[in-house]
Amino acid sequence: MIERSNTRQFLLTLFQRRIVLFAAIVITIILLLAILAPWIAPYSPTSMRVSQRLRPPSFTNWFGTDEFGRDILSRIIYGGRASFGIGIAVVLVSVSIGTILGLLAGYFRSLDGPIMRLVDAMMSLPDILLAIFLVAVLGASAGNVILALAIVYTPRVTRVVRGSTLVVREIAFVEASRTVGVPTWRILCVHILLNISSPILVQATFIFAYAMLAEAGLSFLGAGVPPDVPTWGTMIASGQQYVDQAIWTVLFPGLAIVLAALSLQLLGDGLRDMLDPQLRKDL
Amino acid sequence: MIMVLLRRLFGMLLVMFIVATMVFFLTRLAPGDPASLMLGEQATVADVEQLRKTYGLDQPLLVQYLLWLKEVARGNLGQSIFLQRPVLQAIAERAEPTFFLALFSILIASIIGIPAGLISAVWRGEKADQFVSSGAMLAASIPSFWLGLIFIQFFSVRLGWFPVAGYGPPGASLVERLYHLVLPALVLGIVNSALITRFTRASVLDVMGEDYVRTARAKGLSEPKVILRHVLGNALIPIITVVGLTAALLVGGAIITETVFGLPGIGNLVVSAVLRRDYPVIQGALIVIAGIYVLINFSIDVIYTLVDPRVKY
Repeated sequence: MIERSNTRQFLLTLFQRRIVLFAAIVITIILLLAILAPWIAPYSPTSMRVSQRLRPPSFTNWFGTDEFGRDILSRIIYGGRASFGIGIAVVLVSVSIGTILGLLAGYFRSLDGPIMRLVDAMMSLPDILLAIFLVAVLGASAGNVILALAIVYTPRVTRVVRGSTLVVREIAFVEASRTVGVPTWRILCVHILLNISSPILVQATFIFAYAMLAEAGLSFLGAGVPPDVPTWGTMIASGQQYVDQAIWTVLFPGLAIVLAALSLQLLGDGLRDMLDPQLRKDL
Repeated sequence: MIMVLLRRLFGMLLVMFIVATMVFFLTRLAPGDPASLMLGEQATVADVEQLRKTYGLDQPLLVQYLLWLKEVARGNLGQSIFLQRPVLQAIAERAEPTFFLALFSILIASIIGIPAGLISAVWRGEKADQFVSSGAMLAASIPSFWLGLIFIQFFSVRLGWFPVAGYGPPGASLVERLYHLVLPALVLGIVNSALITRFTRASVLDVMGEDYVRTARAKGLSEPKVILRHVLGNALIPIITVVGLTAALLVGGAIITETVFGLPGIGNLVVSAVLRRDYPVIQGALIVIAGIYVLINFSIDVIYTLVDPRVKY
């Protein structure tokens, strides 16, 4: 009986690791394609050939062409640059600010109330609504989309970091460091931060996926990056007028988003399983 | 108990106050003078000055803020620049499709998510669990506008089962109007089922580890009875929270789906307000939407406090 459940556990881990491995490979491939776009993309993402407009997928244009005769595959490869670039930037900004706020809220009782009420207020608005409001205020550009989405996702990081900090600060070694006079900044930056890095990492992969989905949504609404910049979202937005006659203009950029977001979430989930078995049942 | 509820109520008002403050000052960050924006490019300097006086825009920012806050507290969210009517009226006119869309979507999401999460928890670690968990993750990775466009192509254009877009011609019956919501609700239901699936799974797994479940099994109850009566009954409390909060977020979070399906809802109102820089509408809609979320959150808390004797604060 024990042997059987051990085997099952092993197979399960293998299955999960395999999926995580698959997800990591997909993300690496997308990243490489984005970085090496000028050498890999079969055509220029902007070269227009009106005679070739709205051509279905073929050997010359694997994913077909759009309304200006531009090659959709090449645009997807280049679009990964903006979509992934924005995602990474949002993660960096929101994780940095969210971690600082979460550490402060979790460690200093007096700061907990004000910071968390602000977090509550921001989380009472749907992500996309807050994002579109911020972009409207700041103006539509890639930089402002990053800033807006970073503001939207910072409260999530703050919540997770605060929760973990509250647990870690009560552990004996932190107590001991305090007693022997280790400076507070050192306790926060070294002792606590190192011990809560795995939930932060997991949260970062999820935010990456959400940010990519949100960026696509904003571009689709016309409140994101300017339409001439190829991102997966702007491609769907411009393709929607032609979806009746050329569904591939919308289908493939959407599949790219699904594949990337799914891989990121699978990776985040797998990381959580591996780094913190305690959290497994929360999925 | 009354003290607990009062404290909750105070917390709710505090959050609303922060939202209002945030919305006011962030809007003022926007480039351009609100008065010239309201009047458009043809306005003369004198017109702009006149309007600034009327709206108190010539006062210091802090005074403007306090005046605005007073009006908001009295339920006056101001006038729309483009729609020539009070913001609250504009929102109320758009409330019906948004309300029913949120309702249908959350119903579909629950019908998919709760059984899926239950199956996933009961057969934890087995094929069914892996299938459901991967499915939930896939659902959470699909952009709703993309799924909407594909669904419209397939179900409306090719098969002709559903209207392509809109909310029916003027004077359409309620049934006809609601029929226009089936496809968008399906899209939002699928995308949002992911969260409910995950939550149900986690909550059921939590309860399955409880002593009273072991007792129920020990006294010889059949497994389906244990699951349905003892486990699901107790696991439902946190599930209802997430269902309620997801529904609240759908009120303002359905903007993209409303746009794809051309539904004249609150989301659509916000998008056109953003594209036209109609700031009073944006501010008002944000406050109303946050208010609905906070109110639902508060109601869930109150119901718990009243219903579940274990909940203590």
